[in-house]
Amino acid sequence: MKATYLATAGIAAAAVVLTGCSGGSDSGGGSEAASCTNTIVNTEAPQVTVWAWYPAFDQVVDQFNNANDDVQICWTNAGQGNDEYTKFSTSIESGSGAPDVIQLESEVLSSFTIRDALVDLTEYGADEVEDQYAAGAWEDASSGDAVYAIPVDGGPMGMLYRQDIFDAAGIEVPTTWEEFEAAARTLKESGSEAVIADFPTNGRAFNQALFAQAGSEPFVYDSANPQEIGIKVNDEGAKKVLDYWDGLVKDGLVATDDAFTADYNTKLVDGSYAVYLAAAWGPGYLQGLSDADPEAIWRAAPLPQWDAANPVQVNWGGSTFAVTEQAGDKELAAKVAMGIFGNEEGMNLGVDAGALFPSYAPVLESDEFATKEYEFFGGQQINQDVFLDAAAGYEGATFSPFQNYAYDQLTEQIYAMVQGEKDSGQALDDLQASLEQYATEQGFTLK
Amino acid sequence: MATTTAPTSSPSAEASQQGKHRPDRNYRRRQRWGWLFVAPFALIFLSFLILPLLFAFRMSLFTNTLASGTDFVGVDNYVKAFTDPIFLSGLGTVAKFALIMIPAQMIVALLAALVLDNLATWASKFSRLMIFVPYAVPVVIGALMWGFLYSPRFGPAADLFNLVGLAAPEFLSQDNIFGSLVNIVTWQWAGYYMIIIYAALRGIDPGIYEAAVLDGATDRQIAWRIKIPMISSSLVMVVIFALIGTLQFFTEPQVLRGVAQGAIPVSYTPNMYAFSLAFSYSQFNYASAISFALGIVVFVFSFIFLFLTRKQSGLK
Repeated sequence: MKATYLATAGIAAAAVVLTGCSGGSDSGGGSEAASCTNTIVNTEAPQVTVWAWYPAFDQVVDQFNNANDDVQICWTNAGQGNDEYTKFSTSIESGSGAPDVIQLESEVLSSFTIRDALVDLTEYGADEVEDQYAAGAWEDASSGDAVYAIPVDGGPMGMLYRQDIFDAAGIEVPTTWEEFEAAARTLKESGSEAVIADFPTNGRAFNQALFAQAGSEPFVYDSANPQEIGIKVNDEGAKKVLDYWDGLVKDGLVATDDAFTADYNTKLVDGSYAVYLAAAWGPGYLQGLSDADPEAIWRAAPLPQWDAANPVQVNWGGSTFAVTEQAGDKELAAKVAMGIFGNEEGMNLGVDAGALFPSYAPVLESDEFATKEYEFFGGQQINQDVFLDAAAGYEGATFSPFQNYAYDQLTEQIYAMVQGEKDSGQALDDLQASLEQYATEQGFTLK
Repeated sequence: MATTTAPTSSPSAEASQQGKHRPDRNYRRRQRWGWLFVAPFALIFLSFLILPLLFAFRMSLFTNTLASGTDFVGVDNYVKAFTDPIFLSGLGTVAKFALIMIPAQMIVALLAALVLDNLATWASKFSRLMIFVPYAVPVVIGALMWGFLYSPRFGPAADLFNLVGLAAPEFLSQDNIFGSLVNIVTWQWAGYYMIIIYAALRGIDPGIYEAAVLDGATDRQIAWRIKIPMISSSLVMVVIFALIGTLQFFTEPQVLRGVAQGAIPVSYTPNMYAFSLAFSYSQFNYASAISFALGIVVFVFSFIFLFLTRKQSGLK
């Protein structure tokens, strides 16, 4: 998930102005006459329309179109995250206007499968490429036996920290949450201007990932049986984690700034927070921010654990390519979905130019990727040190078919907790009640 | 164009014609031209307003839940809407805004217009333009700009308050967000209302002021006893604009939500609620019902207000 879109959510009203050539009428998809952002290399070949917002995706598309004679990608950036989903959602409702292939974060897949908007790709040979992808990412893209998307990038979590701030306060890198809290106190007592980290009330998938680390499994859902859902957002794991953060908030040890605002972006790099609890796309995100403290010394370490002896790895974000039901030639669309990043040339471009953390195993498991040195981290091999282990340990998660609603409610509840209106347990119980009510209203049977 | 050959007059028009003069060929031809001129507007009006409205109304009579299919439910959605605590609390929020925001805008606009009306220097022209300028800023841009001004990090508030040794208020906190929004809207719209009121003031015959001065009226008395009563119909119109706009409050909180997601929940105002139902939660049917329910509320309030002010507005 390239989460920058939240920072500019307010400009949702702005229209996307597309330039470029008009596509040939012999479109491979059912979509209307396409206008592509990219140049079509082989105008004779059928075209597949693709919506995506990956950084440097234009290079990947050109590479694909040059390498393929029998199919061409017609690419459109229809907005990031929710901006794109809103357009897709409207297309589903109206029955036309969706692309053939669409970038979706894995957390929203079941929100679209329940509306019969995505194609089960096992028919088109997706199950044969399963072993080419990281297991957790594959799990996120499938539901039961069905595979609704091809994983592209993942967000295994780690801890990016300011070595200079840690050194000034005499703090060792924490490996458990207990040590993390102790470090937070030491930092505060040292009189530092920084707090250890930010706990955003609108963290959404970030908050959920922290809960998952303590064993929280909020939803049980299988799209083979779409009317049934199990909801347990207030389980022991979630309560333990939220109570922990509530304590840190009450003691003034962490900030509670909204994430992905301009303020937050500045504070991430100007020394307001000593730690950025991040996904594997976080380093790329950090480097893209302006106003960075030039003295900063960044390093990466594994995410703190609840039980150091039994580490649990979690994931924040990650996206996929899915084929829509509106696609004209679904087989061709599936081929494109599997082919864009499903080769080393494409994925390497994504890694080098777009700072993606690949789910495609041949690149993910390559020595080159493991030993890649990051200048921003003083030459540290952060993949090998942190994120590869995190990715390998991630087992996947299940999201609800109304994940956007669930996250909005989570934000409201955590905000109420931070405002001191309720304690963490009450916040999660209220969340549980609101989601149960919503699911019932939407015609689900609660398991 | 098909509309040119459509029946050329409605029964009532025909009836009124017969009283005056017989429809001759010339008249009919003129009428045909009239339809031709109206056609472009009528076509757009029908296809982009009336038809979508009818379609949305039809949608609002059905339900379509995630897990089960589409069912006809009649007015059930409306019953649900008017008993939906989220919708009702949204209405409460915009009612509070109406109580605070409309008087604030009116006072600023009226004072500015009265002052400008009394001045006749280059400064008044310049001030008029400056007061009007915020209205020329697109609403989204204005709200984004205020988002930055309110920001504790980028905004000027911290520096200004530091000068006098105070801590800057957190404009985007739960307690202050209401006032912050009132400020944005007043900043944006007071200039526009000022222009309307100012234009009405200019329309008053200056001879009346001269007569008043001869009778010994002060400037204040002229403003209070002559000017304001004489522009009351414009004032009523301005309040109606403000009332409708406030009940449909959407853009400013939606944009500010980008920097204050906790303080401005997705269902802060009824319009935001309808928006998120439709586009975040895919509940197009219930969102249509909420929109129509809001429309009903706006209609009822506007009607009540126009009824109460029928004397001032000259409608009676």
